[in-house]
Amino acid sequence: MKRKPRGAFLFLTPSVLLLLIFFIVPIILTICFAFTNMALTGSAARNLQFIGFQNFTNMFQDPDFRISVWRTLVFLIFSAVIGQVVLGFILALLMKEKNITFRRIIGIIVIAGWVTPEIVVAFCMVAFFSDNGTLNQIIGWFGISPVSWLFSFPMVSVIIANIWHGTAFSMMVYQSALDEIPKDIEEAATIDGASSFKTLSYITIPMVKGSIVTNMMLVTLQTLGVFTLIYTMTGGGPGTATQTLPVFMYNQAFVNYQFGYGTAISLVLLVIGIVASLFYMKSMKVKV
Amino acid sequence: MKANKLKVSMTAAMASLLLLTTACSSGNSNSGSGTAEGKQEVTITFRSSGSEDTLTKYFESGLIEKFETDNPDIKIKIAPVLASEGDYTSKIVLQMKSPDTAPDIVAEDTSIIKSDAAAGYLEPLDTQVAGWSDWKDKFIENLKAGVTGEDGKIYGIPATSDTRGIWYNKELLAQAGLPVPFKPANWDEVLEAARTIKDKLPGVTPLNMIVGKSSGEGVTMQTLEMLLYGTNDTLYNDETKKWVVSSPGLLDSFKFIDQLFNVDKTGPTMQVALNGQAGSIAFQQLFPQGKLAMAVDGSWAGSTWFENGAAPIENVADKMGFAPFPTQNGQEPGAITMSGGWAWSIPAQSQNKEAAWKFMEFLMNQENATGRVMAEGNLSPRNDSVDVAGYTDRTYTAEAQALLEVAKFRPANDEYATVSAQLQSIVESIASGKLSPEDAVKQLKDNVVRALGEDKVEVK
Repeated sequence: MKRKPRGAFLFLTPSVLLLLIFFIVPIILTICFAFTNMALTGSAARNLQFIGFQNFTNMFQDPDFRISVWRTLVFLIFSAVIGQVVLGFILALLMKEKNITFRRIIGIIVIAGWVTPEIVVAFCMVAFFSDNGTLNQIIGWFGISPVSWLFSFPMVSVIIANIWHGTAFSMMVYQSALDEIPKDIEEAATIDGASSFKTLSYITIPMVKGSIVTNMMLVTLQTLGVFTLIYTMTGGGPGTATQTLPVFMYNQAFVNYQFGYGTAISLVLLVIGIVASLFYMKSMKVKV
Repeated sequence: MKANKLKVSMTAAMASLLLLTTACSSGNSNSGSGTAEGKQEVTITFRSSGSEDTLTKYFESGLIEKFETDNPDIKIKIAPVLASEGDYTSKIVLQMKSPDTAPDIVAEDTSIIKSDAAAGYLEPLDTQVAGWSDWKDKFIENLKAGVTGEDGKIYGIPATSDTRGIWYNKELLAQAGLPVPFKPANWDEVLEAARTIKDKLPGVTPLNMIVGKSSGEGVTMQTLEMLLYGTNDTLYNDETKKWVVSSPGLLDSFKFIDQLFNVDKTGPTMQVALNGQAGSIAFQQLFPQGKLAMAVDGSWAGSTWFENGAAPIENVADKMGFAPFPTQNGQEPGAITMSGGWAWSIPAQSQNKEAAWKFMEFLMNQENATGRVMAEGNLSPRNDSVDVAGYTDRTYTAEAQALLEVAKFRPANDEYATVSAQLQSIVESIASGKLSPEDAVKQLKDNVVRALGEDKVEVK
């Protein structure tokens, strides 16, 4: 008997419906709300109106928005791309083919940061960076007077916190990728006289390229969404020093109660995520 | 055959949808405020600051039992919301949006009540208060403006009132050679006192003012408006119905903050100032430890040090004082205070409005309304509270009550929340040295124009 496509459709219905209700509809609604004056309170809450591109016009004229985009990029590049991806790769490389006990000990230390929930990480980091916190006590042993880290170096503090929290993920991705490179290929290169740097750049990295891109995308998207960590550590401040887009969005939606404006910002965040992902795929010539 | 298959697909689709919708709706069956054991259940929601919450304690001290005994058909359920001041507003608004989650009585900050009324979340109480003899002459008249919506209807019953001033540690001021009782005549004397303390008492924070935007409305009201309303300018022009986003008084207020935090460096450290709990840190830790000399804060704050407060101080009246905050140059009336407070409202989506009003009347009668403010260290909105034994005998009450004479109220407008949020962020930026007072005025103007439109603002 010949199979008919309609039968397949029957069995797909539940999953399509689930996707539609819990995934597609909210996204469409978000896009629609971005073009309204939706507010949590005040007369706008009663009179929902389509206001066209007003939210976007306001956003691009808003100096706070421009600052937030800039802060987001700084946070993304230093804490995700440079911090987690590069550090994770170095850690994985250093641990490659090392003694299993050594690998386990290092692994547990790094993974401790990853398994800790974001809010707990935030509190640990506040304890670490605060005026009479761990870091100031440590530098105190060397006779250095305490520094208000969260006030004087707020961005550095949240970047370090995010690196501490996220590096283990990258490390594990790279570890499994590196373990899958057949030993004889690298050995052959070594016998042919390639330096370890050349082996790394011409053999190891190209062979784990797919993992690098996937990891970069995941880490980027995850970092773009970091809210709890920053909000708990600095509240986006002092002033606007650590106000990334998610914090800015939260402030607009839940502090100023401007939901329409908040959703418009969230769309921009989504676009940045998509652009970043496309950029990675393009630059590494990987097809997904 | 084809039609049959299509039918099957359609049925499957419908079945899945049905399954989903029932799955979604089943979660709602136990929420809302229907009947419990044949009784009407009235849910009352308010902001709780944690386990030391005096309002919860007050409700549980026999008040609810008494009401339930008198009204056997009503059951009162208290549902405090544990949240910061800013989060509380959004949480209750989200609750009030749906009849399934709306409480029957809700505590509303008078700064947001007009906004919520305009949004249609609150039930007008005009008919109820018309039939309530207490309302007409037992409630302080000018507090009624705070609960009246833009449409002129009453949307809440004022429950607490307050004033603001300078709390100070008498011992520290005396040590620094400053006069006690402290009564600064103008802004310069406040700043000068702070500088003296800085010189004479190293390790002591001279003057705490709330500037961290995580402290929410406190930044606008306790700090900026206390300054601004002591100049010749205001935040809102009642005649033109426009926001005054640039004025000499506003610039001077910003300069005061800049002077305190950046020039004199007599404010708290940024670690304390930007903390969302800055007020609690000041009153529960720094003041009792003798590490803070002065703080501009609300009249309720001193109750922290009472016997049943969070950080009791023995013989508190001998050690701590409460001074009026002066006007800029000492101009009439010499001192200034902002007054606000909380009100009880009934959400429009409440399912038990009648029972809710019954409880609200009971809650706000002379005895209970006064009992609550006495427990919390607030001022009463009822003018007959002074007849209740012990009300005026409380430490600092006479001083705080006297300040009501010079009290100003926040602009009665549903756009206030938007402007206040802008001010919070700007005050924080000034205090943390990221924005000069001049740029701050410019930024405020730009931001408010963007949020509300060019026709809603004016420059003086």
